Amino acid sequence: MNRPLAQRLAPILFIAALLALWEGVVRLNHVPSFILPTPSQIAIRLVEDWPILWPALVYTCGVTAAALIASGVLGLMLAMLMSASAWVERMIYPLAVVLQVTPIVAIAPLIIIWVHDTRLSLLICAFLVAFFPVVANATTGLNSVDGNLRALFTLYGARPWQRLFWLSLPSALPYYLAGLRISGGLALIGAVVAEFVAGTGGTRSGLAFVIVESGYRLSMDRMFAALFLISASGILLYALISRITRALLRHWHESAL
Amino acid sequence: MTRPLLTIEGLAKSWRRPGGGLHEVLAGVSLSVPAEPQFISLLGPSGCGKSTLLRLVAGLDAPSAGRIDWSQAAFEAFGAARPSVGFVFQEPTLMPWASLFENVRLPLRVAGRSRREAREEVMAALDMVGLADRAGAYPRQLSGGQKMRVSIARALVMRPRVLLMDEPFAALDEITRHRLNDDLLSVWQASGATVLFVTHSVYESVYLSSRIITIGTGGAGPGRIIADRAVDAPYPRDEAFRTSDRYNALCRQVSADLRAASGGALEEVHA
Repeated sequence: MNRPLAQRLAPILFIAALLALWEGVVRLNHVPSFILPTPSQIAIRLVEDWPILWPALVYTCGVTAAALIASGVLGLMLAMLMSASAWVERMIYPLAVVLQVTPIVAIAPLIIIWVHDTRLSLLICAFLVAFFPVVANATTGLNSVDGNLRALFTLYGARPWQRLFWLSLPSALPYYLAGLRISGGLALIGAVVAEFVAGTGGTRSGLAFVIVESGYRLSMDRMFAALFLISASGILLYALISRITRALLRHWHESAL
Repeated sequence: MTRPLLTIEGLAKSWRRPGGGLHEVLAGVSLSVPAEPQFISLLGPSGCGKSTLLRLVAGLDAPSAGRIDWSQAAFEAFGAARPSVGFVFQEPTLMPWASLFENVRLPLRVAGRSRREAREEVMAALDMVGLADRAGAYPRQLSGGQKMRVSIARALVMRPRVLLMDEPFAALDEITRHRLNDDLLSVWQASGATVLFVTHSVYESVYLSSRIITIGTGGAGPGRIIADRAVDAPYPRDEAFRTSDRYNALCRQVSADLRAASGGALEEVHA
């Protein structure tokens, strides 16, 4: 990670230039702030409305994290079941695909009606979006164990659990982590979409609710502040999972060298 | 005479073709491996069934017909369940996520031995192939030849009675291959195991073996034993052997066996 300073500064300077351009164009043309606020107005709003934004941020991140952990655990368990039995795979996989291809916006209202606890209903929505990449990737990983290594474990008379923990799971780890990295972003999207649906119905929740409410009040600067926080959490989550991936794979996997 | 270590009788293997019908890979293979350590090459052209024979001996595939009988002595290291066999594949087949130490420890770990108990044996095996100082390294840090050495150390760590090797040096360059041939011979003599070594190289088989079994289809049909020849040259062998008349004469004979195995004219054998 010893890139030259200029290379590291370049993206930061570019973003700063874009923000300056935005600020300048809005000010020179006297665009009203309920159409498009300036970056500085948004920054001020972010600080002033922190008491509203912070709990919303915690709420949304909480739902996202819970959904991601649930998909990480349940996705892996399902993948293990499917790789252990072709029958289970044939029965369950189509169902997982159906869940994956059905837009969450279309199911979210139903789930929010059925499940009374708002937080739980949001979590279910986010989970439904997030868990397929984990299942798909982990299944691929578990099924792509080197045939000769498999033969070697047979030769040494390895028991099923030894095979699972010492061969299948380590082989699948890079795939699993790649799935998790995709799921991180999707869990956030799922949580936000579900909050939108719930928020349109008047249920108070996280950052997406703040956006819906700010829209009603024509408070565009707060809307942008909330939007900024959603993007920032998405980036942080991605960076965190990438960091974990690197730490776990750095000794051996091409993707982390 | 003591009971043979391994007796193979009428062994056959066929695969079901995807379109129906059977593809016979091996048929009527009978041979006996004595209790005394030998270095046996299974020589043959590509696709003659020699690797299949090795997998059958290892118990990785089940034969379609025939028997493989192990003597009681073969059941020492692994407990009663399976004969004591080490296997080296054509690829190093190491676990990329594990250090060299952990790779070599695998057979002992599967057998339920703790890390502390296994430590001495693992280090001895790594030392035998000259990689004791790299025990903490990961496979990707090694060259192809070094990875093969680790694979051999892993196969020997259980002190098996039989070491099965499936063209282990085929992917290596000539110089590395020669060095590994020499090292394999000294490791073999130190281990007291019998080696079954699959190769398609006449020179490699003559240099290494005390006995060369040539397998082939003879032009058509399933693979079978074409020739079974003792190599009466003493060990240890070195570069001097590689350039000797004895070596050249053996290479000519074995080349003729190999030609016959791939269906070449038999009269050349007697020419």
